[in-house]
Amino acid sequence: MIPGSFSYHRPASVADAIKLLSSLGDEARPLAGGHSLIPMMKLRLASPDHLVDLHGIAALKGIHRDGDRVSIGAMTTQHELLASDEIARSLPILHETALLIADPQVRYMGTIGGNVANGDPGNDMPALMMTLGASYRLEGPNGAREVVASEFYQGAYFTALEPGEILTSISIPVPAAGHGYAYEKLKRKIGDYATAAAAVVLTMSGGKVASCAIGLTNVHETPLLATEAARLVVGTSLDPATLKQAAAAAVAIMAPAADARGPVEYRKHVGGIMVTRALTRAAALTK
Amino acid sequence: MAKTHVTMKVNGAEVEGLVEPRTLLVHFIRENLQLTGTHIGCETTHCGACTVDLDGMSVKSCTIFAVQAEGASITTIEGVANADGTLSALQEGFRMMHGLQCGFCTPGMILRAQRLLQENPSPTEAEIRMGISGNICRCTGYQNIVKAIQYAAAKINGVQYQEAAE
Ligand SMILES: Cc1cc2nc3c(=O)[nH]c(=O)nc-3n(C[C@H](O)[C@H](O)[C@H](O)COP(=O)(O)OP(=O)(O)OC[C@H]3O[C@@H](n4cnc5c(N)ncnc54)[C@H](O)[C@@H]3O)c2cc1C
Ligand code: FES
Ligand code: FES
Repeated sequence: MIPGSFSYHRPASVADAIKLLSSLGDEARPLAGGHSLIPMMKLRLASPDHLVDLHGIAALKGIHRDGDRVSIGAMTTQHELLASDEIARSLPILHETALLIADPQVRYMGTIGGNVANGDPGNDMPALMMTLGASYRLEGPNGAREVVASEFYQGAYFTALEPGEILTSISIPVPAAGHGYAYEKLKRKIGDYATAAAAVVLTMSGGKVASCAIGLTNVHETPLLATEAARLVVGTSLDPATLKQAAAAAVAIMAPAADARGPVEYRKHVGGIMVTRALTRAAALTK
Repeated sequence: MAKTHVTMKVNGAEVEGLVEPRTLLVHFIRENLQLTGTHIGCETTHCGACTVDLDGMSVKSCTIFAVQAEGASITTIEGVANADGTLSALQEGFRMMHGLQCGFCTPGMILRAQRLLQENPSPTEAEIRMGISGNICRCTGYQNIVKAIQYAAAKINGVQYQEAAE
């Protein structure tokens, strides 16, 4: 399995990368960890004429706490997320999710920027970023802009990225101290994308849910926020009847494809179970 | 497509070559350098047979272009034995604990386990199993691979390896 021919570029700055992408045109693609793009190129599902490797750009790496937000450079790898004390401390759900992605070798190479920019409904980070209220910094020939994760995904492999733009960093508001969290992912084996997965971040006060966000992975052509399900649980003690209603509200917005992971009905059914499990586990973790 | 000149360090030696940008690192290693210990199993980033160590990371060399490894320092199975030619602790562990049958997965397993033990010198059994979860073995059922890695960890830490009761 040999990819089609392409020319290779390794710019040293964001400005040079943008210049290259704009001047090379439609058939140029950024190359991050390559662990979605290279497999697609081998299958000839992608055959870019030019690859612009972002590895030489030091400014795209790193994890920083700025006040009540954490900013993560696009080229930060999943392995680096897992090794970061800052992430373990302020965004434990990000640590938990990164550990459920692929296997150790893939995590050394795969980047958070590539994971969120790819647009594959199977990627785990996009729904999590929506749940956390993250925003993406996009830089292109016409300058820089911020797009919130919940407005970034338009369809399978269609995102708000314009030609010539790259995603340079992700900014995530740190959830309240004592929040509960869970990323529940059903997969057939290690290294598999989710049959269905749910992210939950919530806070409790006096035994009742005070705030809640729920995100869904791989049950639609884009990641989803289950807004109605989250609204239903606020103000409740997550009693069995409420859990059932919330799961049903989440299932109602799912539209997965039938594939080797199962028929549509099955994937929706287990999607509901992931929501129930994530809510329950998140609530138990609140302090 | 014009060829690109690449240089890298493989098993401590400076190497160079002319490659097309689309040349995968595993093909550069096997065909240009004639180091055929690194195997190709699936070609789809799943089996880990092609695992090499690159600048302190275990990577699947079938999913990285040789041009991306420009300037990198790489270890393949040909570079893991001790300098005097004796077996490394992991090689010895695989031999003593019968950690291989057909041996196809072994180069990737050993390179991955070597990095795992560098990051975590005393892994639990669960950590070993998670640590090699990107490497597939079709023969052993993994039990003896886990024991081989435990054997090597004990040897590196200077303690006597004791097989857990089954
Ligand atoms: C065996 C295997 C199992 C996997 N399992 C999972 C899984 O369970 N869950 C999961 O989420 N992922 C999984 N992945 C995918 C993996 O996490 C990828 O690394 C990730 O999807 C893409 O990140 P990357 O850095 O490798 O990006 P690349 O493959 O380099 O790029 C992906 C796409 O995004 C574009 N892109 C990359 N970076 C930028 C940027 N900064 N700005 C603009 N565009 C950019 C590229 O042009 C390309 O179109 C798996 C991969 C493999 C090989
Ligand atoms: S040959 Fe590279 S992972 Fe299987
Ligand atoms: S020993 Fe045969 S594949 Fe592992």
